[in-house]
Amino acid sequence: MINLPPEGWDALWLSLRVAGLSTLLSLPVALGVAVLLARGRFLGRGILNGLVHLPLVLPPVVTGYLLLIAFGRTAPIGVFLEDTFGLVLAFRWTGAVLAAAVMSFPLTVRAIWLALEAVEPGLEEAAATLGAGPVRVFATVTLPLIAPGILAGAVIGFAKAMGEFGATITFVSNIPGETQTVPSAIYSFLQIPGGEATVWGLVALAVGVALGALLLAEMLSRRVAARIAGRA
Amino acid sequence: MLRIELTHQFADFALDVEITAGDGITMLFGPSGAGKSTIAKSVGGLLRTDQAYVQLGDRVLADTSRRVWLKPYARRIGYVFQEPRLFPHLSVQGNLLYGAGRDADLRRIADLLDITPLLARRPAGLSGGEAARVALGRALLSTPSMLILDEPLAALDARRKADILPYLERLRDHANVPMLYITHALDEVARLGSTLVLLRDGKVARSGSVKDVLSDPDAVPVLGPRMAGAMLEGQVVRHVDGLTQLAVSGGLVWVPGTAGAVGTKMRLRVMAQDVIVGTHKPHGLSALNILPAKVVSLYRGDGPGALVVLQSGADRLLARITQRSLDEMGLAPGDAVYGILKTVSVGPTDVFAGMD
Repeated sequence: MINLPPEGWDALWLSLRVAGLSTLLSLPVALGVAVLLARGRFLGRGILNGLVHLPLVLPPVVTGYLLLIAFGRTAPIGVFLEDTFGLVLAFRWTGAVLAAAVMSFPLTVRAIWLALEAVEPGLEEAAATLGAGPVRVFATVTLPLIAPGILAGAVIGFAKAMGEFGATITFVSNIPGETQTVPSAIYSFLQIPGGEATVWGLVALAVGVALGALLLAEMLSRRVAARIAGRA
Repeated sequence: MLRIELTHQFADFALDVEITAGDGITMLFGPSGAGKSTIAKSVGGLLRTDQAYVQLGDRVLADTSRRVWLKPYARRIGYVFQEPRLFPHLSVQGNLLYGAGRDADLRRIADLLDITPLLARRPAGLSGGEAARVALGRALLSTPSMLILDEPLAALDARRKADILPYLERLRDHANVPMLYITHALDEVARLGSTLVLLRDGKVARSGSVKDVLSDPDAVPVLGPRMAGAMLEGQVVRHVDGLTQLAVSGGLVWVPGTAGAVGTKMRLRVMAQDVIVGTHKPHGLSALNILPAKVVSLYRGDGPGALVVLQSGADRLLARITQRSLDEMGLAPGDAVYGILKTVSVGPTDVFAGMD
């Protein structure tokens, strides 16, 4: 059994909550953006594509800093959110959710995008000739066919969110019980003499969760292929 | 009734056609690259041509001059593609009912196509022929005002093709949906079609009833000399020794096989290259089928060949002979002759059941 101090369990619980919530909230947006990018032919598609992929190529610290500039308590968006919804992001666990969502977004979008491109366009055309309008075609043909891809995107996004460190620590710092996720906790315990045992416990948990998520993603993407080929 | 007027400029050729398709099956026939599929896709709303006027019954589906262009889902045109395009995540029944309205009769269509035992299966488990039948049923159950079949048999091998053809005949005879049938296979034209539109280089080269166009010598350059030939209608008289005797308007003919009960109406195809012309009734000839006929007209080709159009009863026959024979026999319009049909020319694949 893994032996952890209360802060360790707090960090794990927070990480799971942050990753779960960020996945849940970003998934519909990621689906919409993936559809736009895979199917849309519009002005600014290239810009949207670049914007979505930016967190993948920027140093995470830079992303975190940009989030702070945009969503800090004195920044325009931050002020608006606090005044309108009473929602504070900077240095709160809610901000960790935003940071995790932004950082995992490109991975989720890419997984769904790939699934969309694997859908045989002839099937959607056939559905249209059977009298189905675009919304019905999407809901009854496209969506079922890419469902495993959406799940795989969610899993890979969840794993990324669990491991997010740079943007999170820059945007919401490393406050035990509030914004200290598993990676931040590992970082903190490494600074403390005699903290290795806790670090090992957290490392084991991190590896377990990440590995589990990757295996799940792998299994699900296999199912995408099988399903679209009609073998499942 | 379907009225089509289209023009479309491609990189290397221009499509410019006016077609009227009535009841029954209208065959759009031409070599690949003649523009057949473009016409089908434009009528279905899947491809926007430069100019289009498409009217089905009293509904205008497209009129580019007035900026009218209905989306495919608003056209009520069933479309059967070359590939079945079945939804892999739905059962056969789910596929069949995808576009079905309230008054669609699943049981009747499934029985008509012999797919009732497949209803619970997934498309991945179907054979090519079964999938093709499900695709046909699915299009029919969407209760379309017209069915477009875009080379539905082209992806199937000869055996599967022979399996599906009888079902297409059943649909023609029982489904009461006018069909626009795209093909480059003349045997499908002769077997299924009511009206034939010959396309060549983006233009309508010839159109009319299948019977008239196939026996029209002017259509020969489009059909190709090897494919030229007449289509006759006959009725089964009796079966003897594995042969079937049919009454055609000009007399009696024997064909191999015992397809069709006595009284059944049949279609026969007699290729021009399989008809010999004789000025006297021949004796001591192995050919069984000799029909008295009258020379209607003569066509000399650019090469050594010539076409003789013969009137046999109410039917026209085409005979492809050499110009040399033509000159030696001194044939002229009005001459009484005999058309000798080599028995092999009336083979089972070219004898087609069911006119009504």
